[in-house]
Amino acid sequence: MSDESRVVRIASGQGFWGDDLEAPVRQVEGGPIDYLMLDYLAEVTMSIMQKQRARSPEAGYARDFVPLMERIFPKCVEDGVRVVTNAGGVNPEGCAEALVEAGRRAGVQGRARVGLVTGDDLMDRLEDLIADGHELAHMETGEPLSTIVEQVQSANAYIGAAPIVEALGKGADVIVTGRSTDTALTYGPLIHEFGWAADDHDRIAAGVVAGHINECGAQCTGGNCLIDWWEIPDMANVGFPIVEVSADGTFVVTKHPGTGGRVSRATVAEQIVYEMGDPTDYITPDVVADFTTIHLDDLGNHRVRVHGVKGGPRTDFLKVSIAYSSGWKATGTLTYAWPDAAAKARAADRILRERLDRLGLHFDEIRTELVGWDSTHGALVGEPPADIPEVQLRVGVRAADRAAVERFTREIAPLVLTGPPSVTGFAGGRPRVQEIMAYWPALVRRGVVEDHLRVEVREV
Amino acid sequence: MTKVQLVHLAHARSGDKGDTANVGVIAYDEAHYCLLREQLTPEAVKAHFGEMVKGDVERFELPNLSALNFLLYGALGGGGTMSLMNDAQGKVFSTGLLRMEIDVPADVAEAVKGRGRVPEGWSPGGEG
Repeated sequence: MSDESRVVRIASGQGFWGDDLEAPVRQVEGGPIDYLMLDYLAEVTMSIMQKQRARSPEAGYARDFVPLMERIFPKCVEDGVRVVTNAGGVNPEGCAEALVEAGRRAGVQGRARVGLVTGDDLMDRLEDLIADGHELAHMETGEPLSTIVEQVQSANAYIGAAPIVEALGKGADVIVTGRSTDTALTYGPLIHEFGWAADDHDRIAAGVVAGHINECGAQCTGGNCLIDWWEIPDMANVGFPIVEVSADGTFVVTKHPGTGGRVSRATVAEQIVYEMGDPTDYITPDVVADFTTIHLDDLGNHRVRVHGVKGGPRTDFLKVSIAYSSGWKATGTLTYAWPDAAAKARAADRILRERLDRLGLHFDEIRTELVGWDSTHGALVGEPPADIPEVQLRVGVRAADRAAVERFTREIAPLVLTGPPSVTGFAGGRPRVQEIMAYWPALVRRGVVEDHLRVEVREV
Repeated sequence: MTKVQLVHLAHARSGDKGDTANVGVIAYDEAHYCLLREQLTPEAVKAHFGEMVKGDVERFELPNLSALNFLLYGALGGGGTMSLMNDAQGKVFSTGLLRMEIDVPADVAEAVKGRGRVPEGWSPGGEG
């Protein structure tokens, strides 16, 4: 087939760590695809993984990925479907080892290769980088990282397509990375397939748009969708997105036949604006895409054509995602019933705050919300009606001192017998104290990371 | 002119970047995009959210999608795992904005009546 008429199908199977476990299986079994991309990482995910790795050195990646591959590995090998994922988290090496073992258990020994991408993890290099004059200043406040470097739990650069393209070129069938940019899991394979040059900004930008649409799974095929959501069919069997991309960068968003959900101009447009900043300046490691150039044509039958995308040259920097310990928090809840449910909840909140005060406890913040009334739209909703049937009182506290937060968790249940009446919903026990991982976005010169990227291909 | 709640004219999706929430608002009907553009100014959106947004509101236009994108700075109680909010990741600021009322010609108000809301008598179906 000539390159002009050739189409590469990239299916999305996971939009975050914790997404529908059956979705990747449906994608592999539901019809022809060329690639399966699985995005497991979000801003806070890396710090959670770092903590897991601190407790146990073989952990630190998306564990769900390994049993998933054990299930779908034979089918992927048979059909030539290649898998690209950032499931490696802060331990891509450990993930790749577990994957090789899963491949052997699945019976694909000698028939598949695993690609491993490392070098995005800057945790062990921070002191050296700072000593070498890299400030890693906070992108919003401008503060240098040295002010909190002792508290850092994880630090990873968002890396681009190059190592994915290299691994595919070396014949890897399943590629495991750490903090690959979400969109690169889609546009990396496209650069490999079509040989787009680094300065072919428009086509790579089109690949970025395809990646942005793919990266949140069913959020572009009817999930979390406001447009006539009550009419979207068969969401129990929702089809995850597939992008069918041509060499010129135009593509069609669709899903497998026979699956539920919906692909329309509106469902795709909603996903395009998700987590967007300046639409003319969508920065990735390989290109800057202009989302105001996207054109959508609804072709009907769950097919939307995307074309016209423009892009510009990449910047000299990579973004670094840093998580650091920043104190402790806990959230407690109690449910108050009619009559005067909201009045009772507010009285209980006042009593609770007075008790915390009498104990001499200090918090950086105490926040009270009434679930069932104002916990989503805040002051926009005004005062609750006197006859509201029930509300859940939700009180959260945050402090540098763990002991203060611990004590707070012991002050919720007593309100049942020592506060306003008709209260229930405390059966879950004391609230859990959680460590706060604050987010520190920074920029670093790309060479600092790129010189350390390694691609390794192993036989199963 | 008649006051109409935005929920009848547009759909929306929101998300987070640190302590900033974004809300993308998309007109159901391309013809209504100019109404949104005129009236959903950053100042009007900032006034609508009041104390819920500590910092500025910035607006970007996407005429290609009949959409506006708003960045609400300091809206998420510190963002990420720092926030004590139920909606720490700003997932429902979208419908918070759709509560806003704007002025539209009377015929538009009539045409969009009921749009964006579950029809009366609807049920999720299935057994039980």
